[in-house]
Amino acid sequence: MESTARDFNDNVDHALADPNLQDSLSKLKVGFSERRRQAAERLPEFEALRDRARDIKNHALANLDFYLEEFERKVLALGGHVHWAPTAADARRIIGELCQSAGARTVAKSKSMVAEEIALNEHLEALGIAPIETDLGEYIIQLRHEPPSHIIAPAVHLTKDQVADTFLEHHARLGFTRRLTERNDLVAEARQVLRQKFLDADVGLTGANFLVAETGSSMLVTNEGNADLSNTLPRMHIVLASIEKVIPTLEDAAVLLRVLARSATGQESSAYTTLNTGPKREGDLDGPEHYHVVILDNGRSAVLGTEMQEILRCIRCGACMNHCPVYGAIGGHAYGWVYPGPLGAVLTPQLIGVEEAGNLPNASTFCGRCESVCPVRIPLPKLMRHWREREFERHLTPTAVRQGLALWSFVARRPRLYRRLTSLANRVLALFGRAEGRYRALPLASGWTRFRDLPAPPAGGTFHTQWKKRRT
Amino acid sequence: MSKSPSGSIPRPRRVALFVTCLVDLFRPSVGFAAVKLLEEAGCTVEVPPLQVCCGQPAYNSGDRATTRAIAAQVIEAFEGYEAVVAPSGSCGGMLSHHYPSLFDDDPAMKTRAENLAGRSYELMAFLVDVLGVKKVAARYDGTVTYHDSCSGLRELGVKAQPRRLLATVEGLSVSEMKTPEVCCGFGGTFCVKYPEISNAMVGEKSADISASGAGTLLAGDLGCLMNMAGKLQREGSAVRVRHVAEVLAGMGDLPPIGEPG
Repeated sequence: MESTARDFNDNVDHALADPNLQDSLSKLKVGFSERRRQAAERLPEFEALRDRARDIKNHALANLDFYLEEFERKVLALGGHVHWAPTAADARRIIGELCQSAGARTVAKSKSMVAEEIALNEHLEALGIAPIETDLGEYIIQLRHEPPSHIIAPAVHLTKDQVADTFLEHHARLGFTRRLTERNDLVAEARQVLRQKFLDADVGLTGANFLVAETGSSMLVTNEGNADLSNTLPRMHIVLASIEKVIPTLEDAAVLLRVLARSATGQESSAYTTLNTGPKREGDLDGPEHYHVVILDNGRSAVLGTEMQEILRCIRCGACMNHCPVYGAIGGHAYGWVYPGPLGAVLTPQLIGVEEAGNLPNASTFCGRCESVCPVRIPLPKLMRHWREREFERHLTPTAVRQGLALWSFVARRPRLYRRLTSLANRVLALFGRAEGRYRALPLASGWTRFRDLPAPPAGGTFHTQWKKRRT
Repeated sequence: MSKSPSGSIPRPRRVALFVTCLVDLFRPSVGFAAVKLLEEAGCTVEVPPLQVCCGQPAYNSGDRATTRAIAAQVIEAFEGYEAVVAPSGSCGGMLSHHYPSLFDDDPAMKTRAENLAGRSYELMAFLVDVLGVKKVAARYDGTVTYHDSCSGLRELGVKAQPRRLLATVEGLSVSEMKTPEVCCGFGGTFCVKYPEISNAMVGEKSADISASGAGTLLAGDLGCLMNMAGKLQREGSAVRVRHVAEVLAGMGDLPPIGEPG
């Protein structure tokens, strides 16, 4: 996917001025966090499960090579194939070739953020192969030629009315000429349109929530069952997953599933949890004849062993963005690439470069709400701060910020000078703010006073000045 | 903690006040309120003169070298006090949570940072959890709503303590916001680096404050308070904004933040 992360500030202006987006966000902010809170409260061992989930992922990451090779061995023994893709381009090429080898004209896809990451749809289209998104949200944004704005709710930025208009525009030629207004009717219409596409598809492509080394299974959760149709009906099933998805055992998967759905949507469990373990076997009634797993690195292995490694624990529940007040204000598209919110603020600079995505880890108040809900306890603010440190070291921090900081630091490291200057500032601010008690505009403080008044200090001097008087 | 033989009333202790730079410059009364509350709880309060800032502006901008230099200065200034108390969760959290990690490659400084971290507190948590203060002698007529500032809430667990003390203020009642735990959009330099996002966040906060019906907004961090006060006043709201320590110390008759004296 093409990044617009560099244009973050323009994206923000656009997002804040979009009434449909703001309407959608106002619902998201309340809904997801409330449901997660209730789900966590219903499960007394939830906090302990978060610890276990963290430990499982830490163990898997510490032994990543072992578990990936174990997974590969199991898949081969089952009659499947494993393809290693160091880069996005490698993954695109491998999948394109697989589709061509199957003579594919259409590919039924269930939602995969990794497919977004490698811009798979554009590549398939260039080969003359039609990718069909089968997740409802993904389908809607595919019709609108938009990227996803959320990792589990890709069309969450749209209102119901916008979806109704999109369906009318694209489905009219299929005979659906009535503009629908009810949510259930919209879903039913999408279901009818998509059903035939499943039957026509030559290849099914899915992502994976987990790759289970012990059994060679890929595990996928959905609420729509679309993944199950994507991987059972077509002759070829391709699983696309990144390296950090591998975990040791099914038992581990059970722990992670318990925190995943609760953190994501507040459900006890997603409606569908599917395990794919190799191709159709002798005697199986259905299933794909060919089973391929494409495992993508794309910069992740470079994170191993660094201070950023903890981000690889992420199980893509979306809780961090659901609880992020910045995401809640600007939505997912403003982040400019595949992964929005606090997750994106840490991962995007890693995957596409901090020069491109340098704004993302800075656009946070470090309120810590993301970390407080992360099911695998990723210290997201700390990792964002690491990015800021790297930017500072590499002189990528904006000049105005650097200069302001240098001046402030010069003064702050000289307590007596600091005391004299603050005392002066205090008296000046108190004097000119005396009548109103605050400033509506102030030179050098327009970043503040553009949107809010600046309280003026009362007369009488700084605390330290007054304290000295009181003690003498 | 040191206790009297009866086990309930703490002995006076030598406490250093970490004034914080915003309180020093913009709202000295918060510092005096903190002193009053600490003295009433039996402490001897001192204000080390060489204290400046905790270093968050540098820390959160990625300037680790400056942060370390400032942290070393703070560690030096507060050497030898039984407890260091700040009327701010954000500065308190900086001392008690973040300082030690700055000196991973300097064992001697790390030990000193950990020592300071172990005796640094946010004011509300110190009063209630350490000194065991159960009530205050103050009166404030009206309904207040309380905003949980992020660092205090999530790094230091400050949530129940201010509410417990507010419940003992005569004439005062609390009306909670829908989302008292959601960030107000201040975030230190964030509010001037990303003013549009910050404005959207504080706009939502001011709507929540207004919907609570309270006539007064309280919180434990001056940065957040100045942000919310500034927004409320720009919108023409009549809600008065004060630091919780001022109300608890019986200084609720001072002009509110941003109002003329």
